[in-house]
Amino acid sequence: MITFPSDLNLGPIAPALVVVVTGILVMLADLFLFRAEDRHNTVWVALGGLIVAFLVTLGLWGQVSGGPITAIGGLAILDRFALFLDLILILVTAIVMLLSAEYLVEQNIEHAEFYTLILFSVSGMMLMGASADLMTLWVSFETFSIALYVLAAYARPKVESEEAGLKYFFLGAFSAGFFLYGIAMTYGATGTTRLMGIAQFIQANAATISANNMLYVGLGLILVGLGFKVALVPFHQWTPDVYEGAPTAVTAFMATATKAAGFAALLRVLFLAFPQLSGAWSTILALLAVLTMIGGNVIALSQRNIKRMLAYSSIAHAGYILIAIVAGGAQAVSAAMFYILAYALMTLGAFAVVIALNRGGAEVVNFEDYAGLIQRRPGLTHALAVFMFALTGFPPLAGFVGKWYIFDLAVRNGWAWLAVVGTLASVISAGYYLYIVVLMYMRPAPDNAPDLGGAQGTAGLAVALTLIGTVLLGIFASPIFNLAQSALLAAR
Amino acid sequence: MPQDFLPILVLFIMSVGLGILVLIIARLFGPRVPTRAKMMPYESGMRPIGQAMRRLPIRYYLTATLFIVFDIEIVFLYPWAVVYKRMNPIWVGLAEILFFFVLVIIGYVYLLRKGALEWE
Repeated sequence: MITFPSDLNLGPIAPALVVVVTGILVMLADLFLFRAEDRHNTVWVALGGLIVAFLVTLGLWGQVSGGPITAIGGLAILDRFALFLDLILILVTAIVMLLSAEYLVEQNIEHAEFYTLILFSVSGMMLMGASADLMTLWVSFETFSIALYVLAAYARPKVESEEAGLKYFFLGAFSAGFFLYGIAMTYGATGTTRLMGIAQFIQANAATISANNMLYVGLGLILVGLGFKVALVPFHQWTPDVYEGAPTAVTAFMATATKAAGFAALLRVLFLAFPQLSGAWSTILALLAVLTMIGGNVIALSQRNIKRMLAYSSIAHAGYILIAIVAGGAQAVSAAMFYILAYALMTLGAFAVVIALNRGGAEVVNFEDYAGLIQRRPGLTHALAVFMFALTGFPPLAGFVGKWYIFDLAVRNGWAWLAVVGTLASVISAGYYLYIVVLMYMRPAPDNAPDLGGAQGTAGLAVALTLIGTVLLGIFASPIFNLAQSALLAAR
Repeated sequence: MPQDFLPILVLFIMSVGLGILVLIIARLFGPRVPTRAKMMPYESGMRPIGQAMRRLPIRYYLTATLFIVFDIEIVFLYPWAVVYKRMNPIWVGLAEILFFFVLVIIGYVYLLRKGALEWE
């Protein structure tokens, strides 16, 4: 007799389910509803689905005021952490879609499959946050990765895009192998893949756990797999090439949504399954955080292409978020999630400006093209300057508050030296963020400056939204931070 | 821990050793009467018709990929069919496979409408 799990509560996966169904509907709408010349309308179907997912998530938010609810035989978990991640992902995806709508037409790569793939990818990321089992985590990891491999190569006859897709695929498949091997080792050591089951095993065998080498190897391999996805040094080598080659809208998506999902998975695994081993992993992650912050920021200084620069900047910011995880404690999750939200808004904003400046097929990505921008596109210049100041961490913008929460947490939990390194790394980062500002405001435009687009249409809307978000998140930080705080992980 | 895997190591050595041993014995004692048919590369009983490095129509790859995808999806039917009668409640098992089929059919309709199966 094969019985189905009695707790077939679809709550934990409801937002992801809505997103998957939307992806399929977009596909079908493209086939049957719209003629080829109306194809751009599929973006509205996708956005409509995201609004439904948003409402579903809000509805669930009220339901889980108490503890977490595990469901589907313990494979998935419904708590405010997962829902908060869902909200971030929905916001990011909606903005990415606004960015893409005109960009895809200009680049001559518009197909409805773009939105379908983005939606499938997001559904995997949402499931990742709702995972209570290493197998769920693994399947969702692959779901979002495979869609992203295709998206990276989306600008297909362009060689750079194909290169990006291939590199991302090979290295991603490799890291997925590490991740899966880590899961296998952990299963071999503990006899379970349930995150909470692993924690119970470690607690029950606390005396002999330090001799259980297989468990430590498994944990290490899982960290490698996830570290690759969030681009920690030394697993970051793919990042600049893939971010540069992929279509800018996809880069914006990868830099923000992937990072959010990857860190959500790290938080889940480390805080739900391995809290008792924090002595082991916090030292390793502290080292990785230092390498990531210094490596990302120092290499970013020498970049002359804004997409590559933002790629190294995204590496550096992964280092800051890692500090929150290392510091641990009750507020680690909220500080990390708040920073992810702030970082997502700032980075999306910067990419939105880059996309808005596109004109025709050629992308405006070289630093020289930004010289004297203030005379040509004053509005977008001011917006990009705000995003650069926010990424550097100037008050009163979102980046400052996010960093302040993280460094404050580190100092209070005895990781003051890490906060010092983080602060110094932020100072280095001013060297490249503010260089762009200097170029835009204080240098004359070159004679052979390229044609520029302007802040019209949906891309302009995306710039405005992220700009408002970046400023508001900085000024009215505490309500959002309290929201993130109520998104504490179940087990803590 | 490692000593638990000793039988596997023994099995590994024995199987490799046996394979080599059989080859050596066949070499030493077996009569060698090569004929043209015996020297032909083995192609599952087919006569080789040329070199393996031939140019194939590029459309073949798309069809082959699609075949693999649907082939793998249909393979899921076998384990389902084996355990179907033991599912409890049985309608959930039926509903699940029907749902799975709707997804497969959506994929098929997509291919059809996109013209992926048109050869010309």
